[in-house]
Amino acid sequence: MSETPFLVLSAILFTIGAVGVLTRRNAIVVFMCVELMLNAGNLALITFARTTGTLDGQIAAFFVMVVAAAEVVVGLAIIMTIFRTRRSASVDDASLLKY
Amino acid sequence: MIAFWILAPVMVVAALGMVLARKAVHCALLLAVVMISLAVLYAVQDAPFLFAVQIIVYTGAILMLFLFVLMLVGVDASDSVVETIRGQRLASVLLGLGFGVLLVLGVAQVSVGTVVGLSEANAGGNIEGIAAVLFSTYFLAFEVTAALLITAALGAMVLAHRERLTPKATQADLAAQRMRDYAEHGKHLGPLPPPGVYARHNAVDTPALLPDGSPAPTSLSRVLTARGSTLSPPGSATQVERIGGSDEDVAPRDDAPEGGAGR
Repeated sequence: MSETPFLVLSAILFTIGAVGVLTRRNAIVVFMCVELMLNAGNLALITFARTTGTLDGQIAAFFVMVVAAAEVVVGLAIIMTIFRTRRSASVDDASLLKY
Repeated sequence: MIAFWILAPVMVVAALGMVLARKAVHCALLLAVVMISLAVLYAVQDAPFLFAVQIIVYTGAILMLFLFVLMLVGVDASDSVVETIRGQRLASVLLGLGFGVLLVLGVAQVSVGTVVGLSEANAGGNIEGIAAVLFSTYFLAFEVTAALLITAALGAMVLAHRERLTPKATQADLAAQRMRDYAEHGKHLGPLPPPGVYARHNAVDTPALLPDGSPAPTSLSRVLTARGSTLSPPGSATQVERIGGSDEDVAPRDDAPEGGAGR
């Protein structure tokens, strides 16, 4: 079982996530695309753990999951707060700092 | 490897659908497909612990959190198609294509040598192996993670908490408000009328009839009216007949007044 197909899949998923972050306007969907990118990174880490024969890659993926959980909690709370004050979850509407 | 070749197209299609789907709920469900498929790929690659963590933490906790927030924000809050910067969508798709091609070509050409495999590292069990590394080499990082989680929980509570600025209206206040509305604006004091009950049709989407034969808008739920899924009283019976297949001989109805509300 070679490692290249897994790495290619990880690269494709990461790219799709990045394009989603660039194109979507809904803050929650942008957030989901960030999660997709993190997951693609995890897949690469676990594949590397198998190719090197050590468990460090799996540990790194585990820490990525923990950080992602914390990030989602705080990020969704921020989106909720913005929605409450501006009645919109679009990333274009939170532009007050520009003026 | 069979699992990989089955799941990889599913994941790519689901991820593309996530970027293309207009409704945020569809995005969340497609993301769930990607995450569960990823969990299976972890299991294939000798990582049973991360397989369980992926399902429990990602699909169980994080996606549910996403869905909770979607329900709070409003399910039908779909994306606007207006571009704030002209040509941004095209430019980002081109950029993504270039980036993806470069990344895939680069990754495909790199060879990491022979695949060692985890059978040696997992000899005493995958969870035991992870625990041995986690609680020795990565002990400090693990402890810092605890601080990170506490900070995140506190931050979420501070951000989501809302101070009540006005006192909560009691039942007596609400009753007084009703009486004031009646005295000042003549708003109806009693409860709202129930939906219409007819011989052949009674459901919450059929309005009741007022004494003059016109439908009473207050007898329907506001949500149903906004969705446009309400029936007009005389129309409903003929629709039922049409579903039943006897389109021709609709018997004259005795439950709707003559010359009532229009279809």
